[in-house]
Amino acid sequence: MRRTSLGGKLFRGLLWVMFGLFFLIPLYSMADFSTRNLIAGGRTLQAWKNLVQDNALYQAIVISLLLAVFTVVLMLVILVPTMIWVRLRTPWAKGIVEFLCLLPLTIPALVIVVGLRNVYLWVTYFLGESALTLTFVYVVLVLPFAYRALDAAMSAIDLKTLSEAARSLGAGWLTTIGRVVVPNIWSGILSAAFISIAVVLGEFTIASLSGYQTLQVQIVLIGKADGPTSVAASLATLLFGFVLLLALALVTRGRRRTTASHVLLASAVAVPAVPANQPGLPA
Amino acid sequence: MTNGISVELNDLTRVYGTAHARSDRGIVKALDGLTLHIEPGELVALLGPSGCGKTTALRILAGLDEATSGTVSVGGQDLTKVPANKRDMGMVFQAYSLFPHLTVLDNVAFGLKMRGKDKSGRLSRADDMLELVGLTAHRHKYASELSGGQQQRVALARALAIQPRVLLLDEPLSALDAKVRVQLRDEIRRVQLDVGTTTLFVTHDQEEALAVADRVGVMSQGKLEQLAAPAELYANPATPFVAEFVGLNNKVPAEVSGGQAQVLGKFVPALPGSISTGSGLAMVRPESVTVTADASGTASVTSVAFLGPISRVYCTLQDGTVVGAEMGSSAARTFSPSDRVRVGVEPTGVLVVES
Amino acid sequence: MSGIARRLRDVLPLLPFLTLVTVFLIIPTVTVIVSAFFADGAFSLEKIATLFSGTALAALWKSVLLSASTAILGALFGAVLAWLIVSSPPTSGVRRAVISLCSVLAQFGGVALAFAFLATIGLNGVLTVWVQQHFGWNLAGSGWLYSLTGLIVVYTYFQIPLMVIVFVPALEGLREQWREAALSLGASRWQYFREVAAPLLTPAFLGSALLLFANAFAAYATAAALVSQGSPIVPLLIRAALTSEVVLGQSGFAYALALEMIIIVAVVMTAYNVLVRRTARWLR
Repeated sequence: MRRTSLGGKLFRGLLWVMFGLFFLIPLYSMADFSTRNLIAGGRTLQAWKNLVQDNALYQAIVISLLLAVFTVVLMLVILVPTMIWVRLRTPWAKGIVEFLCLLPLTIPALVIVVGLRNVYLWVTYFLGESALTLTFVYVVLVLPFAYRALDAAMSAIDLKTLSEAARSLGAGWLTTIGRVVVPNIWSGILSAAFISIAVVLGEFTIASLSGYQTLQVQIVLIGKADGPTSVAASLATLLFGFVLLLALALVTRGRRRTTASHVLLASAVAVPAVPANQPGLPA
Repeated sequence: MTNGISVELNDLTRVYGTAHARSDRGIVKALDGLTLHIEPGELVALLGPSGCGKTTALRILAGLDEATSGTVSVGGQDLTKVPANKRDMGMVFQAYSLFPHLTVLDNVAFGLKMRGKDKSGRLSRADDMLELVGLTAHRHKYASELSGGQQQRVALARALAIQPRVLLLDEPLSALDAKVRVQLRDEIRRVQLDVGTTTLFVTHDQEEALAVADRVGVMSQGKLEQLAAPAELYANPATPFVAEFVGLNNKVPAEVSGGQAQVLGKFVPALPGSISTGSGLAMVRPESVTVTADASGTASVTSVAFLGPISRVYCTLQDGTVVGAEMGSSAARTFSPSDRVRVGVEPTGVLVVES
Repeated sequence: MSGIARRLRDVLPLLPFLTLVTVFLIIPTVTVIVSAFFADGAFSLEKIATLFSGTALAALWKSVLLSASTAILGALFGAVLAWLIVSSPPTSGVRRAVISLCSVLAQFGGVALAFAFLATIGLNGVLTVWVQQHFGWNLAGSGWLYSLTGLIVVYTYFQIPLMVIVFVPALEGLREQWREAALSLGASRWQYFREVAAPLLTPAFLGSALLLFANAFAAYATAAALVSQGSPIVPLLIRAALTSEVVLGQSGFAYALALEMIIIVAVVMTAYNVLVRRTARWLR
């Protein structure tokens, strides 16, 4: 049985305060700085208004949001059926698929972008110059997190038995996946989706070195000229990430608690060796 | 051979949660005034269902938990306020207590290392202990390479290596397979008798408790229901709880008056603890039930369960009560379902409880 | 259908996934590795040689310094924070909140982090101004935020939470029975720590530190956002090589540097995986 002395409690309290300050002061500063009127003193929301008023910034926001949506859709369309197929029909491939999904954790985004030039020559040749072509690379970037989240969710249900039961009752593959499996791994899907959104919104390395004007790239561009606006945009990204995290926690709370926390922790632990150029979320 | 150390737990109470001026809600009384004296060299088993307080009592004795009130004395010395690592007790946990990064030998020698014994001294003593539990061949293995039973034997050797004044066993067999459990409990008893250490053994398995202990204390809801030698406990349960928990029982309607109970047409002594007069249910052991073939009998055989050397013959009485009688399998073979029989009872004492 | 034919047929649905990964991950990586060894279509070590130039070595040294120092700082402080969290009463509230916060902050790298610190201790930063007004010190003075020292402080901001996430499971894997067994065998708290807890936690601690190292080494966005001029560390050197106007001699430089980066990160991550396996065996 632990007996915490008063001195022990004070010491711990002090440590908590120090850590708290270190982590919360920059966040507070962002809020303060972005509402500051540098010229006249006092407060102003101009920086925040610029998020919609500044055309270049607004366009960048739109592009990034679209990119996020496209990435999530493509990721789900490719990854969910693949993982289900591996579990049901080709279990021998599980190791390979898992290895490939976790590989982006070890290969820095910087390396990918250097080697990507040739590949993207072809991509832009076929699909044009839009920043939306980044979707393909972004799906690769979010693979580790999405895989972990989906894997945790699929492990929590007995996929094999469920699908066999569905098939023995006469359901075809599409129905089985769509009506039986997906509803049961919903928390995993949502988690994978939210994490991917956060990663895409915060991605800078590949976008900037490939010359596309996504949100983060734009923020850095503006940063030299207009401090408060760039800080506001950064804080907005961060807050958006928090909101996503909260929404995910709320949505999955109703359902099996263990699944949700498995999924959250699993995707958090997938963080290992993430090149720190992906802000915001997730857990 | 004993080590001459006695253990006294006096009026131990352990309360969780705080009683603010309001109701008793939020308070859990894990122990309620437990008093237990263990004689030198004795093995006392604390038996009871989960939550009865037996583990709490053991942990308070070990110093891993603190009693709200009451005292702990070992060998006449008050240890109530002494920290766990100064109590000189050996403890065996339910599972997973071996240090995974140390070999078996180093595990067993650990306590001696903590006491500052020199390397050769403690390794040779560790070797002796391993020989005592028969695991000398495994001295350089790691915990993960051993079976559950082997791990517990190492844990026992480790606890005894320091020559503790008291040996504490917290459900040491609960995590093991049935067969291993039986082998290991006999071995624990053998070692304990050999070394002679005063021992407290906690378990929820009544067969285990009866098999190894000098005396068994049955606990329920923080209180000690009865403390007696196994045979005594079995034959003369003091409370309904003890009668239920220890051994199997048939519950047969009975009438009590003047210290006698009328059961199945016979008069037998009613044990102290029974209701004083009126109708109730007598708790009759299966081996005390007699079944005789009788074409004019009022009971009939429902089924016969073959259990190896013994069998159980289940009969339905006239009033619908089902009674199980235990007998040798050769005798049981003469009975078949729907036979008419006469069911009686041996003249041993029974406990009669309220219906 | 024969076994092999069936296997091939089963692999078909996996093609979209495999294609995506191959084209957008494997090929770029292989391109980097191969291109580093080729010049003008022929095998050559010319590009590799550039890695030993003064600039490259200086950048490598600075990167290693940055990664190692933030790994150590992150590991030490992170371990302390992790201990604080784990030894708090498990009544979820505080504990789960802090772990969730750490999950977010560990990902809080990149551009946003750079601007957070600019807003705090940059030239017009909130803290800078506050300290200036109250104490008269100039926190941001020398522009140290944009130098290696600044990067170290900023990187630590996400290294500590990352350490917490990775180390908390290890701490939780330390079974209570071991502590109690050690106590009952006569160990003092210090002895328990030295003989049981420390040896069991060391692989996890070292492994986590390696993870932090790789994380810092590969990080780009934060440094890119903070440091607009000059290329003190390897990632920024790659930026310079890619965006440089001076094409001559620079085209292969990026490939060589990227190769260097993969090798270092891969080696560190392999060591990390080895240590994680050892930890998992003991502290399941």
